Amino acid sequence: MRTRTLRRASLEIVAVAVAVVVFVVPFLFMFLTASKDEFESADLTFALPTEWKVLDNIKGVFDARDGMLFTAFRNSIILTVVSVTILVVLCAMVGYVIQRRPGRAATIANALVLSGLIIPPAVVPTIWVLQQLHVFKTLPGLILVEVAFNMSFCVLLFRAFVAAIPRELDEAAMIDGCTGLSLFFRVIFPLLRPVTITVILTSSVFVFNDFVNPLYFLPGDENATVQLTLYNFMSQFDTQYNLLFMNIVLVTVPPLVLFIFFNRKIVAGMTSGAVKG
Amino acid sequence: MKHPRPSLAIAVVAATALVPLAACSSSSGSGDSSGGKTEITLLTDNAEATVKPAKAVIAAFEKANPNITVKTETRPGGAEGDNLVKTKLSTGDMADVFWYNSGSLLQALSPEKTLVDLTNDPALKDTDPSFLPAVTQKGKVYGAPWGTAMGGGILYNKDVYSQLGLSVPKTWSEFETNSEKIKAAGITPVLGTLKDTFTSQLYVLGDFHNVASANPEWADEYTANKVKYSTDPVALKGFEKAAEPKLKGWLNSSAGSTTFAQGIKLLAQGKAAQYPMLTFPISTLPPADAAKIGFFGIPGDDASKAGATIWEPGGQYIPKTSKNIEAAKKFVAFVASVAGTEAFSSAVPPTGPYLVKGSKLPDNAPPVAKDMQAYIDSKASTPALEFVSPVKGPSLEQIMVAIMTGQTPPQEGAAQYDADVTKQAKQLGLPGW
Amino acid sequence: MVIHTGAEAPPSGARADAGAGRPGRTPGRRGGGVRGVRAHTYPYWFYVPAGVVYGLVFLVPTVVSFYFAFTRWTLFESEFIGLDNFRQFFSEQALVSGLRNTLVYAVVTSGLKVVLGMLFAVLLTGPIRSRGLLRSVIFFPVLVSTVAVGITFSVLLQPDFGLVATVLSKVGITPPDWLGDPGTALLSVALVDVWKGVGLATLIYIAGILAIPKDFYEAVDVDGGGAWTKFRNVTLPLAAPATFTVILLSLIGGLRSFDLIWTMTKGGPGFSSDVIASTIYKTYQAGFFGLSTAGNVVLFILVALIVYPLSRYFNSREVQS
Repeated sequence: MRTRTLRRASLEIVAVAVAVVVFVVPFLFMFLTASKDEFESADLTFALPTEWKVLDNIKGVFDARDGMLFTAFRNSIILTVVSVTILVVLCAMVGYVIQRRPGRAATIANALVLSGLIIPPAVVPTIWVLQQLHVFKTLPGLILVEVAFNMSFCVLLFRAFVAAIPRELDEAAMIDGCTGLSLFFRVIFPLLRPVTITVILTSSVFVFNDFVNPLYFLPGDENATVQLTLYNFMSQFDTQYNLLFMNIVLVTVPPLVLFIFFNRKIVAGMTSGAVKG
Repeated sequence: MKHPRPSLAIAVVAATALVPLAACSSSSGSGDSSGGKTEITLLTDNAEATVKPAKAVIAAFEKANPNITVKTETRPGGAEGDNLVKTKLSTGDMADVFWYNSGSLLQALSPEKTLVDLTNDPALKDTDPSFLPAVTQKGKVYGAPWGTAMGGGILYNKDVYSQLGLSVPKTWSEFETNSEKIKAAGITPVLGTLKDTFTSQLYVLGDFHNVASANPEWADEYTANKVKYSTDPVALKGFEKAAEPKLKGWLNSSAGSTTFAQGIKLLAQGKAAQYPMLTFPISTLPPADAAKIGFFGIPGDDASKAGATIWEPGGQYIPKTSKNIEAAKKFVAFVASVAGTEAFSSAVPPTGPYLVKGSKLPDNAPPVAKDMQAYIDSKASTPALEFVSPVKGPSLEQIMVAIMTGQTPPQEGAAQYDADVTKQAKQLGLPGW
Repeated sequence: MVIHTGAEAPPSGARADAGAGRPGRTPGRRGGGVRGVRAHTYPYWFYVPAGVVYGLVFLVPTVVSFYFAFTRWTLFESEFIGLDNFRQFFSEQALVSGLRNTLVYAVVTSGLKVVLGMLFAVLLTGPIRSRGLLRSVIFFPVLVSTVAVGITFSVLLQPDFGLVATVLSKVGITPPDWLGDPGTALLSVALVDVWKGVGLATLIYIAGILAIPKDFYEAVDVDGGGAWTKFRNVTLPLAAPATFTVILLSLIGGLRSFDLIWTMTKGGPGFSSDVIASTIYKTYQAGFFGLSTAGNVVLFILVALIVYPLSRYFNSREVQS
């Protein structure tokens, strides 16, 4: 018996060690490289910096290219906040009706939600449409894209959650004279709070981390997002790995903070609706 | 410089990221035209190698012309920058002067509709006539040069060459002999930096001097779809030369994941001896390292015709919509004058000659610039294909990488590139395709 | 669906399609039958705002892509050229290898995610003290920007001085030029994709395994079966819905994959790691908008051909079980 426990314990230690090496070392490497000076970071070794240059490098990466990273963070934050707000409101409404009122409309809506998950968006035609709407290469245009492309996933989360709210509640509220919009926003929406938080967290991560859509729909230095800026710095900081990796650390911090505080919610959201691998 | 362009603009930025990064927009934004002052705007690409000398030139210009201030704007490089320039021109939103490519990219701007005609204009009085074909369309001249010409050929480590007693090869077979000797000495004979894919194109684009000296009409026939790379034995050589280093074991083993910034360092350190590339990255090296590197054109078969392919400097243009054409011309003239080139050199060491009359390379110019100057002085240079023909396929980089890494035989790669070019020519609606 | 997330969300479809016929979700057991009341309480116009955005930005482009794929297109004017774009697409060796690479990439990544996800999930539902920590550690990469992961691994995998090569050569292994060798580039990127995405697969499996009633395992105990029997006869079949989910998710992701490949190899060296999505981007960049759209249509058809039948099949399997 004791040998079994011992074996178990040593197995566990091995498992933890392997996991740490495989999953944690890359992050440590990011952080260490981001803390070195330019010369040392060029060696790309996995070693402590002789001198910690964290603040210098933060300053350096924000100063680069006329403070482009400031613009990028501002754009990414606007993009994320506005897209997610719109997503929450629109998808909650859809998720509610789609679940409560089955019929042909719901069948079609469900089919569309599914298509949204599976079909790869047609890039150039989307650009063409955005151009017709005069929002190509603008932040509002990209917000529309993010809303449209993330909609299916959010509707699914809401639909599933609405199913767990007893219909009696709607009926009780109806008797109080609430209908339609006011019923929804005064009675149902507050009840959706838990799933709303999940939706906010997961879709924020998706939108903030999105690279492909800004690449196609919001090109141009002046309206870069953090992911695009990082991508551009990849070739520009070919010799300044400290700044490149500081930039990587900076774009990794927001999801890390969310993850530390809302671990369970994020996991719940991702596993229950994720089609985003 | 159509060719490495998309990536090149980025590459230039990468190269100069060594230099401490400075702010892009310059000039203290004092109110325009107050106190009889004229303010003009200048649009350049955002590469550090452009922005930095632009500031130096502007400072010198404003000193010489206290009544004019110049404000800079920057634009991205690559295809995106091309689109931006076109949009700005068509919407009348263009700066008073803009710095852009010469050659086929200029042709794409429909200059006769959008740009001020500078034929015989005093603004071009110091411009070297050899530059004019790159900025001429239908007999009219639209621009003056900014910056230096570049060579496209082989950068080599002079120390390695002298230690092994090698001399600059005049034919490809001499190059092969040299490479074998370098290999025997345990040094990487030929460097590939395929992580930056644009560097792979030099074998074909830099070989154009040899193609043109065998058939001076080649470029025109190519534009008219009468000659092709896969069927012209001389033109095909560029593709064959690209395959050879891998085949003969000259290529560095990690060519596939080396960047050109790493490559130029390996060359300076003498870990590799020869590097097919443009000359511009030299400006990123410390002077002591730059002094170790020389340049020769990609050798052909005939030693008597040995020469180099050169990339013309970019052009400065004035849009018809400018409201300050006179002041703009003054600025253009200053940049393309000896004083302008001196200001330019003070910010970035020249890696090739300025095509400006009377301008001399500074004594401390790196050897590559002097090597190039020698080719130009002895009339043994040919402008790259992109300055004489609008035909260029978008996939040359990938095709060349596939050839250099031994995935595609050269003959097949050349045929792929011909098909790629056809695709592009059809898209552009060129006659004869 | 057997996926319980353990958090507040009710058992929802990790696979959307699974939702339709489930008892818990069948609405309107009573009271909902009166049309007027429904129209007031659950008005159809709630669909409208979402529908407008979705229709304009997603549906319209998808539909018109089937026209523009047959044109030479400058965004301002288009000329109908029949099947030329598709002929072009399939006549170029590079694009055909892109098709093959797309399939290889999707199959390799989803296969590895299934195997490793299952393995990790079994380990992490076992009696391990540090499982909370390990779950977080494995999951976190899912939340990290793909570009950041791509850049970091390009550096780690550098053949001359990268960390991976340094470590391997200390143990006496000469590593390949992971991303620079045409033979290994695509697989190397796929491995990084698995590194980044296996956390999600693991958590889906954990949810699936935790939902298996304990009695099944106890029954094996009674029969005197060991750990392997438990895995083989209980975990594996009963976690099948989780397997379906993981396969579908990673296939959809893998077939469309672009960002990791683009940041790590740009489809190179040469065309050796080009996939359809990167070809679409390259043709777009080169200004071949019609051709690029044809690529989109090819990708659409490929995804539909693979994912749709598969999800039908999984669905029917699930209903049976």
